[in-house]
Amino acid sequence: MATTGVMRPGHIQLRVLDLDESVAFYKDVLGLVETGRDAAGRVYFKAWDERDHNSVILRQADRAGVDLIGFKVKDKATLEQLDKDLQAYGVATERIPAGELLETGERVRFTIPTGHVMELYAEKTDVGNGQPYTNPDPWIAASEHGIAPHRFDHCLLYGPNLEENLKLFTEVLGFHLVERVLLEDGKSLLATFISCSHKAHDLAFVAHPEPGKLHHLSFLLDSWEKVLRAADIMSMNRVSIDIGPTRHGITRGSTIYAFDPSGNRFETFCGGYETYPDHAPITWTFDEVGAGIFYHDRKLNERFLTVVT
Amino acid sequence: MNAPAPKVFHQVTIVETGEVYRCREDETLLAGMERLGKRGIPVGCRGGGCGVCKVQVEAGEYSKRVMSRAYVSAEEEAAGIVLACRVKPLSDLRLAVLGKMKKNVCATPSAAAADARQS
Ligand code: FES
Ligand SMILES: [Fe+2]
Repeated sequence: MATTGVMRPGHIQLRVLDLDESVAFYKDVLGLVETGRDAAGRVYFKAWDERDHNSVILRQADRAGVDLIGFKVKDKATLEQLDKDLQAYGVATERIPAGELLETGERVRFTIPTGHVMELYAEKTDVGNGQPYTNPDPWIAASEHGIAPHRFDHCLLYGPNLEENLKLFTEVLGFHLVERVLLEDGKSLLATFISCSHKAHDLAFVAHPEPGKLHHLSFLLDSWEKVLRAADIMSMNRVSIDIGPTRHGITRGSTIYAFDPSGNRFETFCGGYETYPDHAPITWTFDEVGAGIFYHDRKLNERFLTVVT
Repeated sequence: MNAPAPKVFHQVTIVETGEVYRCREDETLLAGMERLGKRGIPVGCRGGGCGVCKVQVEAGEYSKRVMSRAYVSAEEEAAGIVLACRVKPLSDLRLAVLGKMKKNVCATPSAAAADARQS
């Protein structure tokens, strides 16, 4: 699949309770690279292998959770077209001027039916991954510092109106449904896993009465061994681990979940499979969702399912 | 070389269950409970962000760190309502558990909708 239109999740702005503690965590334990600080006090990071200036932005606030998630689109013409398409579909959009986020172009902001703030943007400065574009090495010192994921990969969000939300992403934003979980009635959606690329998911949603909640943000590692290494680093640093290392039935990823110092859940994972828009979506029934979520435990885990920020 | 400072412990009592455990002064009420494999306070993020470990301290002294205003208001905090993962004991303590896990995800759509109307 040629990646056009919406390409990938590009940035996420998180709320943290103690900025200094969180900066130390994201830099030295998760192993992201700090790339800047702005006048509003926000701190910017990227994973070592990402090329654009920032992907994770921390903002000190009186509560944890997610402020917004930005998706990079192919170019400015695409951005203009998607803004028109959103408005024609009945979604109110707002323009955020270039530079409001460091090294980031103009953004189109809107709220999706689950209550989360989403943005589209076409430009973010390419600062490289620490390697030249000519004759690079496969990895660098920064790739060994902390957990050191390759990239910010996807998010799982909790909120209401999953059916309406799925329509917006598939009919307007060019995503395709990869997997879904049905509720006991065999019809209503408990969860959706959607992709705008080859990835098994770029975003996922779980039905929840409260809008705008964050279940986790996820970072990509390249092997199961790296997932175990991440688990060791978490325990060495007394990080609050949620569950894992384990494997998902849904999307097949191998994974470990933990919480940042403000209680925002994050995942470091590897694997999964590749998707194409012509692939029929996979469906999980409610009675087998335990195995879908954690393939070895095969049962529902209350903390994993209900704790959000 | 100096000997490490002796650890200071306090007794924590969970009033509903009568569960009593020894909690170090340098660990949170939640961490102390978890380390001993005890139960009573729901365990979530352990970072003051999710609100599931909400308790009311009925007696005793404690120190605390910043916790999410989404789950504990300033008035509540002043009244001793806190998140157990952000609080360390300075004396023996008695606490009541307020937080709970909400099994929304496992509810039927109609129950989830009713839940949404209540919250
Ligand atoms: S366990 Fe999440 S706020 Fe205490
Ligand atoms: Fe995930």
